[in-house]
Amino acid sequence: MGAGPPAQRRAEGARDGARPLLSVRGLGIRFKTTQGIWQATRRIEFDIAPGERVGIVGESGCGKTITGLSILRLLPGNFAGLDGKILFDGVDLASCSARQMRAIRGKRIAMIFQEPMSALDPVFTVGHQIAETLRVHSNIGQGEARAKTLEMLRRVGIASPERRIDDYPHQLSGGMRQRVMIAASLICGPQLLIADEPTTALDVTVQAQILELLRDISETSKTALMLITHDLGVVAETCTRMITMYAGEVIEDASVDEALVRPLHPYTSGLLRSLPHLSPRHGRLPSIPGRVPSIAEMPAGCRFRARCAHAAMGCEGEQKLQDAGGGRRVRCHRFAELNLPGALHPPGAPAAAKVATQ
Amino acid sequence: MTAASAEQRREPIVSVRDLQVRFQTSDRRATVKAVDGVNFDVRRGETFGIIGESGSGKTTIGRALVFLLNPSAGAILHDGIDPTALSRREFQNHRRDYQIIFQDPNAALNPRMTILASVLEPLELARIGDRAARERQAREALERVGLPQEFGERYPHQLSGGQKQRVVIARALTLKPKLIVCDEVVAALDMSIRGDVLNLFADLQRDLGLTYVFITHDLAVVAHISERVAVMYLGQFVELGPTEEVAERPLHPYTIALLSAEPRPLPSTMRQESRIVLQGEVPSPIDPPSGCRFRTRCPHAQPLCTERVPEWRELKPDHWVACHFADRPNFSPR
Repeated sequence: MGAGPPAQRRAEGARDGARPLLSVRGLGIRFKTTQGIWQATRRIEFDIAPGERVGIVGESGCGKTITGLSILRLLPGNFAGLDGKILFDGVDLASCSARQMRAIRGKRIAMIFQEPMSALDPVFTVGHQIAETLRVHSNIGQGEARAKTLEMLRRVGIASPERRIDDYPHQLSGGMRQRVMIAASLICGPQLLIADEPTTALDVTVQAQILELLRDISETSKTALMLITHDLGVVAETCTRMITMYAGEVIEDASVDEALVRPLHPYTSGLLRSLPHLSPRHGRLPSIPGRVPSIAEMPAGCRFRARCAHAAMGCEGEQKLQDAGGGRRVRCHRFAELNLPGALHPPGAPAAAKVATQ
Repeated sequence: MTAASAEQRREPIVSVRDLQVRFQTSDRRATVKAVDGVNFDVRRGETFGIIGESGSGKTTIGRALVFLLNPSAGAILHDGIDPTALSRREFQNHRRDYQIIFQDPNAALNPRMTILASVLEPLELARIGDRAARERQAREALERVGLPQEFGERYPHQLSGGQKQRVVIARALTLKPKLIVCDEVVAALDMSIRGDVLNLFADLQRDLGLTYVFITHDLAVVAHISERVAVMYLGQFVELGPTEEVAERPLHPYTIALLSAEPRPLPSTMRQESRIVLQGEVPSPIDPPSGCRFRTRCPHAQPLCTERVPEWRELKPDHWVACHFADRPNFSPR
């Protein structure tokens, strides 16, 4: 099942139409703390289509990382329970056996993290670590594994892979280590790659290289990408859809272009407006007052209410993630009456583009 | 433009001449030239931005500016004075005027001291006024950064990251400095908080006439807050000019590549189609390339770039660049 190359699986998926590859339904994750059980996320709902590139954005503590980890069931020791379903190609990852999970993890769903140095083992060569995934998931001879590893290193843009395959992680630069991580994650041809802040630790010129690589690989091998990041610029450059999270909930789900130009949730709009722009604009930055409520004192109703300039009657009630038309969803009962600003076009943008957006 | 010429007449609050800072590697076999021949002035009341990638030497410059480390060669003048020539006592008084704030407020605050005690400490060390006067000053500083009275009695763990960074700013303000070096001061803060803290820096500058040296890897932050910006690569400045000029009409190929690499939160219709993705990574500052240090990654490198170090020249008024070919017409990105 799913042992074929990605292209073959795509053909199977195409038969039953637009069935999503990943379908998260009502996902809530709880943790044990000294102060009792904490609900870290709740009612997380989203789909990822085969080959789609989706950004999960939000600030620290919004639950974006834990959502990514829960898909692979890589939850920390104080994990206290989970509600809802994580349907991956028809299998519920929230309830499947550990054995089933092991067959999927690393093979059909792979993950890369922010710090390649802490994800790589310092005492094994990079070649050994990349091939390890392959050996675990398939019956493959050493020679073949090495050949495939070399091929993969070449694909992720490592110059002279024959020389690098026997290097140890400390011999590589930060950018190269992240390339090695990407190679290891892709070696089994996964259908979904979860990347949690993959470029946050890298310099901007190296970040550009890695984002380009992720985009290319997703396009050529039709691997779906779930990119978890706090950086809206990274999402805009890499993804086609953007899911915004706030205080443990999904609050908006839209195409990147729509979300940036005309966000429907006041939080998304506030975030976009608070970003400094590359072109100098020495005015005051619009900011979102207050701070995210702590998990222990989460208000009922809309969780953004206390910081929202548009709070009104009805915000204290339960907010549903509702259909906003055109495949968009938003968790705000006032979305239809609000006309919220998005990313303003900075004066430095090319003139032709300015005309197009006016 | 009249404002710009008035600015040019302002006297520098800091003058940096041929600054070099070298470190020994831990095995003492090699020397890292963290800063290698940098020249610039910081003008009174301005925000001077320094951008660069990790290892470019920007933090080393920041520390040298406030004499947390001493130059290996060259000079840094504060208001025309060489602080290294002062007596120990004079130097201690002098350095109050030149403060530095770092990235991580958690590392800058003692978890066992109350907020008020932390803010009081510099005043106590400087033996300013009596206890009541010091406390009044500390509380004023907290109020100035927008923290309510009762925060003085709290401990760092009771505050959010943004609030802690405000405390650190308040502490730097207590000694009424003339200049503050801000090293990645918003990098650790969440997006929605970052704008608030940047606004606070702008307010303080307006009210107190402060001068900032703003060091960051974040182009958007530096473009937002600085009047002038310097771009650093491998221990040297490659470009320096008014922010608008550098951001919109960059002269150095590295600046052009940096601006192009910055991911922008813009819809696809507004993004540039062709971006310049630099190959490779920054070479080691232990053994930097000969000639132009950027040549190993430069898309326009010529044989001359290997042979000769490019001159630091003022190609346009107030706009400096170190590149042999920056004045070639077909060189510019647009």
